[in-house]
Amino acid sequence: MVAMDYQPDAQGQESYILCADCGTVISSANGAGLCVGCLRNTVDITEGIPKEAALNFCRGCERFLSPPNSWVTVQPESRELLAICLKKIARPLMKVRLIDASFIWTEPHSRRIKIKITIQKEVLAHTVLQQTFELLLVVHTGQCPACTRLAAKNTWKASVQVRQKVTHKRTFLWLEQLILKHNAHKDTISITEKRDGLDFFYTERNMAIKMVEFLTGVVPIRIKASEQLISSDTHSNTSNYKFTYSVEIVPVCKDDLVCLPKAQAKSWGNISQLVLCSRVGNTIHLLDPMTLQQTDVTAPVYWRNPFESLTTVADLVEFVVLDIEPSGPVRGKYVLADAQVTRASSSGNNTDDDGMGDDGIYHTRTHLGGILQPGDTVLGYHLTNTNFNHDSFEALDQGRIPDVILVKKTYPNRRRKSRPRNWKLKSIAKEAEDVQEGGNTVGRGALGRRGGVDQKNVERDYELFLRDLEEDKEMRAAINLYKAEDPTAANAAGGVADEDVGMGEKKSGSGLKGGKRRVTIAPTSGTAGGMDVDEDMGGEEHTQTEGSEADDEEEEDFPEIDMDELLEQFDEMDMDDGGAGMEGSQVV
Amino acid sequence: MATRAQFENSTDIGVFAKLTNAYCLTALASSTNFYSVFEAELADVIPIVHTTIGGTRIVGRLTAGNRHGLLVPSSTTDQELQHLRNALPPSVAIQRVEERLSALGNVIACNDYVALVHPDIDRETEEIIADTLKVEVFRQTVASNVLVGSYCALSNQGGLVHPKTSRSELDELSSLLQVPLVAGTVNRGSEVIGAGLVVNDWCAFTGLDTTATEVSVIEATFRLQGQTSAAVINEMRDSLIDSYA
Repeated sequence: MVAMDYQPDAQGQESYILCADCGTVISSANGAGLCVGCLRNTVDITEGIPKEAALNFCRGCERFLSPPNSWVTVQPESRELLAICLKKIARPLMKVRLIDASFIWTEPHSRRIKIKITIQKEVLAHTVLQQTFELLLVVHTGQCPACTRLAAKNTWKASVQVRQKVTHKRTFLWLEQLILKHNAHKDTISITEKRDGLDFFYTERNMAIKMVEFLTGVVPIRIKASEQLISSDTHSNTSNYKFTYSVEIVPVCKDDLVCLPKAQAKSWGNISQLVLCSRVGNTIHLLDPMTLQQTDVTAPVYWRNPFESLTTVADLVEFVVLDIEPSGPVRGKYVLADAQVTRASSSGNNTDDDGMGDDGIYHTRTHLGGILQPGDTVLGYHLTNTNFNHDSFEALDQGRIPDVILVKKTYPNRRRKSRPRNWKLKSIAKEAEDVQEGGNTVGRGALGRRGGVDQKNVERDYELFLRDLEEDKEMRAAINLYKAEDPTAANAAGGVADEDVGMGEKKSGSGLKGGKRRVTIAPTSGTAGGMDVDEDMGGEEHTQTEGSEADDEEEEDFPEIDMDELLEQFDEMDMDDGGAGMEGSQVV
Repeated sequence: MATRAQFENSTDIGVFAKLTNAYCLTALASSTNFYSVFEAELADVIPIVHTTIGGTRIVGRLTAGNRHGLLVPSSTTDQELQHLRNALPPSVAIQRVEERLSALGNVIACNDYVALVHPDIDRETEEIIADTLKVEVFRQTVASNVLVGSYCALSNQGGLVHPKTSRSELDELSSLLQVPLVAGTVNRGSEVIGAGLVVNDWCAFTGLDTTATEVSVIEATFRLQGQTSAAVINEMRDSLIDSYA
């Protein structure tokens, strides 16, 4: 027997039935028992998808509303516009498969946009229908919230007022760099300078809160929030407020001398009443230079019992170290030492100014034992020479007050060379020169725009700030420095030549540059006074060659800025629109 | 004549009724509308019995039968059995079947001479079917479905089967049954023929959704309008095959 294989023929595998509706012969393969025409008549797969919708369009800025609440600029008949249109029917479209969508041309003035949409959907089992329909979108014109606010001249909703009640701008210059480094200004719409500080404006309350949180993280501050009712709707129970956050920064800065009330000093680990502020982070670090005892003061603790600086950086005078001898205790980078110093400017005329008839040599203890060498120049407070009007200070035992408190090392020889800086800082505002049409330029960022004396102060503060950066590695590490393409140009643009800074100093001869030099300058500039504001660079150079004694040599321990520390310049980091000028800041 | 009917808003009347040449079973309903449809056609000809099977109304799916007999599942109560015995003519044998596949209407499709059954049915059940219904029994599938009772409706004149039954399978089945078979639908495209249609040699009842086209196919297939079987075969074959061959 030969087994026969059963070979079903293809013809035999097919089956035909009559369409249940129209009776035409169809293959039974579609499972619906209906021909395609009847099936299409029976089921509408576009059911539930709206055929008409509205698009919101802002007349002012010509942007479309992209749900839920962003406004975007899109070209007519562009992919982006198509996406916005399809979003209008996104929910019903979830239930079908979108195959194709394209614009049907319409006359723009008709304010109608037509889209041809092809969709597929499975009906019954294993039967997929495809259908094309038109979506008509009516363009509703109106105003976007931004344009509304602009029209109402009501552009901000929240502001942060940062204030520090001190005479200099260093804190704000430093704060500006911190803000740049952390990109905390990204939501700011405008920054204006006010007396003692800056105002930051925001479109949303949460952006302002974010800024306040940032400030809380970097400086000791006190916050007061307030709100102003603009309008309210009793029907919908909504209201419109403007929020203002008043932020006050602790007025004690780095290197300030502080005289604590007795009770307070006792409660803080029995620290000496006379302390230096060694650092300001989000707490204040107080250091007793005589014992190296340290204490941290947090913002809440400070504001419970605020204290003022006894004297500030502006009162620092230069001393020359005659002798120094470490006395043992070491804490971190601080080394306690006994130092013998004399006023750098006292050799000529100042010795007898106070009528004390002493030899001008002072013995003191200092925390700078680790970095000072005989011959170094150091900045310090000359307490015997100064009158204070301060209750706590007067209550101190006068015999125990040191003559001199040394604060930080300085590098006058370095300064004497007019060398260009090979680095520069970003500013939140555009460079001072192109900021305003008004003419009174020069300020730093938003700082100093008011011109006059204040402007000069800002220039001086800025130069001092740059020097602080050069001399303090720790401080540099917290911010971004950038390479200057052309160091000479950068320095010029950077504003102030060293001389100008010197000029702004008091005549007491306590300037940051050696007083000696100034004395020699006078004849060259042809002015009677020791220092002349109008003195120019040429004069200065001249005096250098002429007047410097033997100290041309480099300061070997100067904390040079490594090229590695510098970042490449990126233009986009500048804020591009002039309106949003932002400004300087720094907390020291 | 094919008549449209529905049982309490359901068009699957084959679930709730069983029609043979000798008797008709209908489910107990809240109204007698469904019963009345059958009564209008069949009164005075064959007995129409209101009943439940095992307390349920799905009498059409639970029972199988022809002019010679009636098979009921093991879930049928003695009371129901007695009621059926009393209502049906003495010539009809009633047999309770101990079968795992208890929905006998779904697993058995029969006319008065031949029965197609589910391939997995018990051998004992197969013998009972042959003895009680006096039929030849074939284990078969319809369009790859094992529930032959659900997917076809048979009479001594013809048969309607699942729409996806291929032509070769149609030929095979119709040679077993010795009646012409047609693939088709009921209830506007439904492929569950057994649920949508009950039929005997002279009348048929279909679900209310059945379209005119489907009714005409049913009437032609089961020769309910006096056509000869040759006419049916020629007419249907003409339209189904010739135009698409």
